[in-house]
Amino acid sequence: MTGLGGKAAIVGAGQTEFSKEAGRSETRLANEAILAALADAGLTVADVDGLVSYTIDPVEETELARGLGIPEIRWSSRVPYGGGGSQGVLLHAAAAVAAGAADTVVAYRAVKARSGNRFGAARSGIASSSSHSGTTAGQWAAPYGVLTPASWMSLNATRYMHQFGVTNEDFGRAVVQLRGYAATNPNARFFGRPITLDDHQASRWIAEPAIRLFDCCQETDGAVAFVITSSERGAATRAPVTIAAAGGAALLGQEIATDHYSADLSLMDSSAALARQLFDRGDIKRSDIDLAMIYDAFSPILFMQLEGLGFCGYGEARDFIADGALGPDGALPCNTNGGLIGEGYIHGLNLTLEAVRQLRGDAANQLSQVRTALVSASRTGVILSR
Amino acid sequence: MPLLRPAPAVTEDNLFYWEAARDGRLVAQRCASCGKLRHPPRTGCPYCQSLDFEIAELSGDGEIYSYSLLWHPRSPRFSYPVIAILVDLAEGVRVVSNLVGSEPADVRIGLPVRVEFDPCDGGLAVPVFRARAATA
Repeated sequence: MTGLGGKAAIVGAGQTEFSKEAGRSETRLANEAILAALADAGLTVADVDGLVSYTIDPVEETELARGLGIPEIRWSSRVPYGGGGSQGVLLHAAAAVAAGAADTVVAYRAVKARSGNRFGAARSGIASSSSHSGTTAGQWAAPYGVLTPASWMSLNATRYMHQFGVTNEDFGRAVVQLRGYAATNPNARFFGRPITLDDHQASRWIAEPAIRLFDCCQETDGAVAFVITSSERGAATRAPVTIAAAGGAALLGQEIATDHYSADLSLMDSSAALARQLFDRGDIKRSDIDLAMIYDAFSPILFMQLEGLGFCGYGEARDFIADGALGPDGALPCNTNGGLIGEGYIHGLNLTLEAVRQLRGDAANQLSQVRTALVSASRTGVILSR
Repeated sequence: MPLLRPAPAVTEDNLFYWEAARDGRLVAQRCASCGKLRHPPRTGCPYCQSLDFEIAELSGDGEIYSYSLLWHPRSPRFSYPVIAILVDLAEGVRVVSNLVGSEPADVRIGLPVRVEFDPCDGGLAVPVFRARAATA
């Protein structure tokens, strides 16, 4: 077990509604999600002494603390790498708690990715930095009209398809499963709207031959927050979820999203490195994982992470998924909220929220037996357990 | 007159690259200590940590490592589909670029290409690539 393993727990989880237009500020959204998470934990703002979010999050710590009434913040942190760093907020929080730098940490992310600055917009103003989201190398793609996350990642996905003979229809089979989960999740943007493979194949190309419209996550407004404290203190709360392992893997030669320069782009090396962090250094095995929540900003990266994490061999995700592995009775139930593609895109943290709900037994699409769940955002990840 | 491509983000660390492109030359950093090429430009050598580099002239020949036809969303700066390509250059570095002079249906992995230069805003130019006949 790594030094952090089991020392901290998620004791509260909260969210706002996920929508196309929240009609209020990101700071307000964060405020609401945090109050919900504290209420869920049975704690108050007076218990909070740590804050962590993403470097790219627009909510200012001071504004947030004053809006919430947190009397004294002893520790705060931010995680780079955009959504790839999403699970890093739990790594940071667990580290702070284990080290005693903070007793109770709030981790949050608030976005208006639909009504505010749309993540998928074709902005042609080229910046030489990326608010520490890791996409600074996008400056080398933008003069060529390669302006959006879908366009960045499609270049890797085309190579992956070429290498292993994967088709967009293969990606579609995963999307049909995700939309099936979303259809029965009232929290999902695509609640009540399942699709067939034909529907998927009829959706317009975004980046041919890899990504159609239905392969893309849903730009979403909303916020998610968690309360993390020590496992000892957590034992006194309603439904603690243990952070059994947490890791990060930012490798030389790789960028975030604008990741075009490593030798073999058909392999997601960061996922393989993350798996070493999560599995090889601890006593949890892949076969212990009852639920996988995998960062599916676009369907191809779901395939590439499944392979990199070692849940199937390289090039085998196509058959693994076609065999129904991701379904509720499959070998590896995955993204049971519908994922970022079906539920919405709170930049990865809604995947963690679903893992917490499944472990507590109160998910919309509740699986029968969930003791251990993995959440992967490629460069950061956690294993949660109850 | 159609809009030009947007100007690249010129910084103190990459000025040499965009000045060369403006003058019709494709270049990369070569570490002055260990001799390894690197791209995109970086402040130091990731292999030996040297901060000194030379500007290496590249042949401009390479082949397509991957590609994507970009249909949506659309910027008035470009015509669609944009043919986005990754080019593995003969000297061993990779660049993001566009394929020019070919139909979208003709782009493929492994296609041999050669550099040329396309003007952009700011009086600069960016390296783009055109299919070339394979040579023995």
